[in-house]
Amino acid sequence: MSAVISITDIRRLFIMGEQQFEALKGVSFTVNKGEFVAIMGASGSGKSTCMNIIGCLDPPTSGRYLLDGLDVGRMDGNQLADIRNKKLGFVFQGFNLLARTPAVENVELPLVYAGIGSKERRIIAMAALEQVGLAGKEFNHSSQLSGGQQQRVAIARALVNKPSLLLADEPTGNLDSATTEEIMNLFTALNQSGITIVMVTHEHDVAAFAGRQLTFKDGHIISDSQTGPTDRKD
Amino acid sequence: MDFLQTIKISLRALRTNKMRSFLTMLGIIIGIAAVIAMMAVGSGASYVISQQIASIGSNIILVIPGSTTSGGLRTGGGAQTLTSDDVKAITSECRSVSLAAGTVRSTGQVVYGNLNWATVITGATPEMFEIREWGATAGRSITQQDVDSASKVCLLGQTVAESLFGSADPVGNIVRIKKIPFTVIGVMERKGQSPQGTDQDDTIFVPLRTAQRNLVRSQHTNNIGALMVKAKNEALLDKAEEEINSLLNQRHRITNGKEPDFTTRNLSEILAVAQQSSKAMSLLLGAVASISLIVGGIGIMNIMLVSVTERTREIGIRMAIGARKNDILMQFMTEAVMLTLIGGLLGIALGAIGATVVSKILSWPTLISIQSITVAFFFSGAIGIFFGFYPAKKAAGLNPIDALRYE
Ligand SMILES: Nc1ncnc2c1ncn2[C@@H]1O[C@H](COP(=O)(O)OP(=O)(O)OP(=O)(O)O)[C@@H](O)[C@H]1O
Ligand SMILES: [Mg+2]
Repeated sequence: MSAVISITDIRRLFIMGEQQFEALKGVSFTVNKGEFVAIMGASGSGKSTCMNIIGCLDPPTSGRYLLDGLDVGRMDGNQLADIRNKKLGFVFQGFNLLARTPAVENVELPLVYAGIGSKERRIIAMAALEQVGLAGKEFNHSSQLSGGQQQRVAIARALVNKPSLLLADEPTGNLDSATTEEIMNLFTALNQSGITIVMVTHEHDVAAFAGRQLTFKDGHIISDSQTGPTDRKD
Repeated sequence: MDFLQTIKISLRALRTNKMRSFLTMLGIIIGIAAVIAMMAVGSGASYVISQQIASIGSNIILVIPGSTTSGGLRTGGGAQTLTSDDVKAITSECRSVSLAAGTVRSTGQVVYGNLNWATVITGATPEMFEIREWGATAGRSITQQDVDSASKVCLLGQTVAESLFGSADPVGNIVRIKKIPFTVIGVMERKGQSPQGTDQDDTIFVPLRTAQRNLVRSQHTNNIGALMVKAKNEALLDKAEEEINSLLNQRHRITNGKEPDFTTRNLSEILAVAQQSSKAMSLLLGAVASISLIVGGIGIMNIMLVSVTERTREIGIRMAIGARKNDILMQFMTEAVMLTLIGGLLGIALGAIGATVVSKILSWPTLISIQSITVAFFFSGAIGIFFGFYPAKKAAGLNPIDALRYE
């Protein structure tokens, strides 16, 4: 299996005036194509910091990161923007949808930056919304959608450019258990269709949907356990 | 990212804060309105000046008695130093001159029935009408025969004709000018205002010799009050003025060092004075325009900076899903340019309305040209680019993760 993510000795040092804090103290791991990985760990252990580096939103202080075999550390701003646009899909805990913008236009956004024409954009975005079960809500603004629905819009947005990697930082953190279950079923289905997923979560129930769990503690990985290829609970 | 989409996004952003967008535009609206008004006043004035010049006649040099000091004060204004012989000499000897005409002027009462009217009475020859390109609408004009025989006939200006006769036809009636009866032979075409603002139609013309004999007091009946000369063409205007000066100096025995007893005035000098005053008005409006455009531009910059800060999270989201620095830069630049272009369009409308109102109320001539509208439109766009650049640059320079985390 080919590695989608290959991280070697990643460190991230935050400098705030006099103070320094090393949030990641030499993290190494590999994620292969088609895996569904859950990242767990106590609050402040460096999970989000690691996700942001994987998502090319934040550069590591040192270490090597290959995404699909490409050395991300050597890329400039525009190349990173294109990587985020074409290879990555990001789902946030707080949804991060544009306010006062219809769901379908939120989903179209990555296509806009990919330079796809408006007619084609609309067709692809509508299909993506249908895929996440939001047919009929295409023209609702975020304020007219429930939390679970907003997260589905965010997932549709993350998927619309057919990324090789879906990153989710506590995607169910703001959702109730029923909605969490729905979202996780959606993730499982997406993983089954071949999308690699890396997801941060605090909940063991949620982590159980993934086939592999990485546990962080104080900027290190302390465990990496395989529960078998996509061990699903139906 | 396509341009249409960028425009759509920026218009939506402006719509969400309608009141703020409008207030931000206000400086641009006022500035552009001032630009439009400035150009309207400027071109209106020069249009009217050229109309007035045309109403006097083109390529004209005036010769008046007395000399001009450096301060522009005329000395010996009352002196009657020009004669009909000077007119003849200029016509025959100055090669750049096509026509010359002597006139005398007097003011006096004109009476018809029980109506009377105080006006300017000018003694003129047919050449004068030719120089001024001024004919009679009713009846006939003054002929050389009228002049030679010093006949008691007169031509009425439109204003005089209306005052004494109303809508009736004056031709053939007898009016009394300074108590002397004159037969009205015609009514002059309407001329309107002179560059100095006087009503050129408030006048009466009589044959030159008639006026010299009966209406003005002078030492010699040969004296004339002013001389009007037409150069052969515009290029010869200065040459003609030189020829007149040297001829009259010679005839009047003005040697080196002696003050001449006459003054020549080229009409283009009068035009220059008139244009200067309209230029001053334009400059004033121009100052208002540039100040309010600068202030307006700074206002745009200020609001755009606020907008960038407010929308930091949005910028973060856009960057996270693949917007390049340039996309963000373009988005905010477009927003600033939209703001100034819409402001510019409103300003053009306001300026046009303002200019129309001003020209109606103050009867100041205005002319709004397509050219001035185009200039104003592109200028407002340029302001958007100039003042929008810094905030847009700031937005594009944000770090994706910091922008996403921004509270
Ligand atoms: N921009 C920053 N500047 C300074 N310190 C930071 C910054 N971002 C994160 N940190 C620090 O790095 C550490 C790891 O933060 P991180 O957000 O990765 O934690 P986490 O594992 O995601 O926690 P949680 O489960 O609460 O989301 C924390 O101690 C945090 O204070
Ligand atoms: Mg976190």
